[in-house]
Amino acid sequence: MAKSGRRRFLTGAVAAGALAPALAKAQAPGERKPSAVPPNGKVAAAESEVPAALAESRIKGVPGSDFMVDVIKTLDIKYLPANCASSYRGLHESLIDYGGNRTPEFLSCMHEESAVGMAHGYFKIAGRPLLTLCHGTVGLQHASMAIYNAYCDQVPVIVMGGNDLDAAHRPPGVPTIHSAQDINSLVRDFTKWDDTPVSLQHFAQSFVRAYKVAMTPPYGPVMISLDAGLQQEPIRTHNGEKLYIPRYVPTAPPQGDSGAVKEAARLLAAAERPVIVADRAARTPNGMKLLVQLAELLQAPVVDQFGRLNFPRTHYLSAPPAAIPRGDVILGLELTDFWGTVNSFTDNGEEGIGVNSTKIKPGTRLISIGALEVPARANYQNFQRFQTVDVSIAGDAEATLPALIEALRSAIPDARKSTIAKRGEAARKAHAEAQARTRQAAALAWDASPISTARLSMEVYHAVKDLDWSLVACDNISNWPHRLWPMKESHHFIGRSGGYGVGYSAPGSVGAALANRDLGRFSVSIQSDGDLMYAPGVLWTAARHKIPLLAVMHNNRGWHQELMHVQRMASFRNRVVNCGADMGPVGTSIQNPDIEYHKLAESMGWWAKGPIKDPKDLGPALKEAVAVVKSGQPALLNTWTQPR
Amino acid sequence: MRRFLLLLMLASLAASAADVEKGRAAFVKHGCYQCHGFVGQGGVGKTLAPNPLPYEAFSVFVRNTSGAMPPYRKAILSDEDLADIHAYLSSLPKPPDYKTIPLLRGD
Repeated sequence: MAKSGRRRFLTGAVAAGALAPALAKAQAPGERKPSAVPPNGKVAAAESEVPAALAESRIKGVPGSDFMVDVIKTLDIKYLPANCASSYRGLHESLIDYGGNRTPEFLSCMHEESAVGMAHGYFKIAGRPLLTLCHGTVGLQHASMAIYNAYCDQVPVIVMGGNDLDAAHRPPGVPTIHSAQDINSLVRDFTKWDDTPVSLQHFAQSFVRAYKVAMTPPYGPVMISLDAGLQQEPIRTHNGEKLYIPRYVPTAPPQGDSGAVKEAARLLAAAERPVIVADRAARTPNGMKLLVQLAELLQAPVVDQFGRLNFPRTHYLSAPPAAIPRGDVILGLELTDFWGTVNSFTDNGEEGIGVNSTKIKPGTRLISIGALEVPARANYQNFQRFQTVDVSIAGDAEATLPALIEALRSAIPDARKSTIAKRGEAARKAHAEAQARTRQAAALAWDASPISTARLSMEVYHAVKDLDWSLVACDNISNWPHRLWPMKESHHFIGRSGGYGVGYSAPGSVGAALANRDLGRFSVSIQSDGDLMYAPGVLWTAARHKIPLLAVMHNNRGWHQELMHVQRMASFRNRVVNCGADMGPVGTSIQNPDIEYHKLAESMGWWAKGPIKDPKDLGPALKEAVAVVKSGQPALLNTWTQPR
Repeated sequence: MRRFLLLLMLASLAASAADVEKGRAAFVKHGCYQCHGFVGQGGVGKTLAPNPLPYEAFSVFVRNTSGAMPPYRKAILSDEDLADIHAYLSSLPKPPDYKTIPLLRGD
């Protein structure tokens, strides 16, 4: 088959076996119009004539990737963080030249994991997904860890991987090594949907469908394989088909069954000590408002597991996990791990394993509302252990809350209202006492060097408290910000990686800071040392694209979780652990030499200072750094910290 | 019971000769700092200082715990090191009242 005919062959294959021609016919002018956007002038012209400049070009027509840009632009995707790759060169060129590098704007990334991580963090502030492109095989393998994080964290990211399917015509050598029959199989276990379009019309349908699938709760990443030939060859139409772009109409999120919601309300209304536990329940700021309404109606404590900031930390009903065992009815909202919520696992090495035990009393009734109630994938075990519950509702929690609140108002008899009000009085007192205890606990090691994580947290808060702040990353510092900062709006904390794939926080915080920049908000991260070193090139991306972010290092000089694991293994086995010349077991320390993160950041265009070991030096350094970030630059402080 | 009393007696003897500076080094060398922080303030592990458990109870716990913390037996942590660690923890001062710290008071 001649090279010029290969795409025609692919298109023909689709026409023979799929719906494209039928749709084109059904949507012909004059008939009832579908939800479709008409092609723009260039594409329309391409169907009858070729612009002069392009006619003189070697490809002699409008490149297919120009039409792809038209499709992408209908979805108003603001940015495209990506590491460049030859397998999507056609689309790359169309995006920046035909598309004017606007909506989306290309953001240069050093690593595909950084690009996906940025899209991940961006969504959690902006509520809108980003598109990323990668080399189909090698780039996608780089991206895969970040895609898994997004999947576990229920975050939509549109990933497109360049691939050259046509083995007879693609360039030999490296491009062929970088091609595969089915690149999507690399990530199929942890994406919501994927496709390999073989015609431009197929691409238009796939892209809009991918966006729609990604943006329907439970949100998740999607994957499209982007054929090189389809990008590079000119637009051709067959049998009078007209290219069209399907119009995106958002899908309403799934809501829990009304009968099951009434049963949940009945149990909650009759409970003596109801407890609400939320993980990723508040998808939007409205979710938090609804959860406050529900909690106040019941005067029930709310335990936030911080997949998102679900509930204001300043509210008197905000409670620690210790509230869970006291509950007689426990409502779990979008819990990743219901088993782990009501059970405990003591990792004590008993016979080399550990011990399970329940946290709750016999007879405690459990209610679950969540869009992930029925796992969609089997291989990766992010669905955690199986937990039997009394009422199991498959539905998006935020979308179901209005019905639950309404049902609860009807289910609570007037006679119970004074009893319920008394629960609130007790909760107010307990909340105030807990706050005082937490502050006193924070005073421990206040003047210690390395700096205590409590001191670090409060110094940072003091530096940003008068700004419209957003904590965009914070790992492994004993949750001090959650315990001490007055977090009361969704953007005050955006959750973590989801899949616990280390390396998320640096790109995630840059992505979130990008979204906050556009909202005029101040972004701050408490950045773990090990996490930053997975792909520190994202620092350059932040400087290159003028993304203001204050990153304060939690530099404890180790992969501390693993450090503790190996130490415990040795002690369980009655052996002295081998630390070599380090403070932690061999292979778990980041010292000898110590990494000078401030110099690393400076080398990539950041304002930076450090190492800061004395807590007295931290406040003044933060003041300088905040001024830099307010001027629009990223700034990093290399602070030496206590382990946790 | 007799064995337990003997253990307590031996533990008391060890504690009396303990050395704070050696204890600080042993606290790091044996990895106690990893979960409890360099000054025993707690973190993943419980708060140890100020006011650690009395040495006898401390020693019995460290040697025999069956919880998430592994037991540290004599083969990996000598009586002398354990006593020094306790002396170090006992030497750590009380933290100030949080109300005297502006950042914690909420000023």
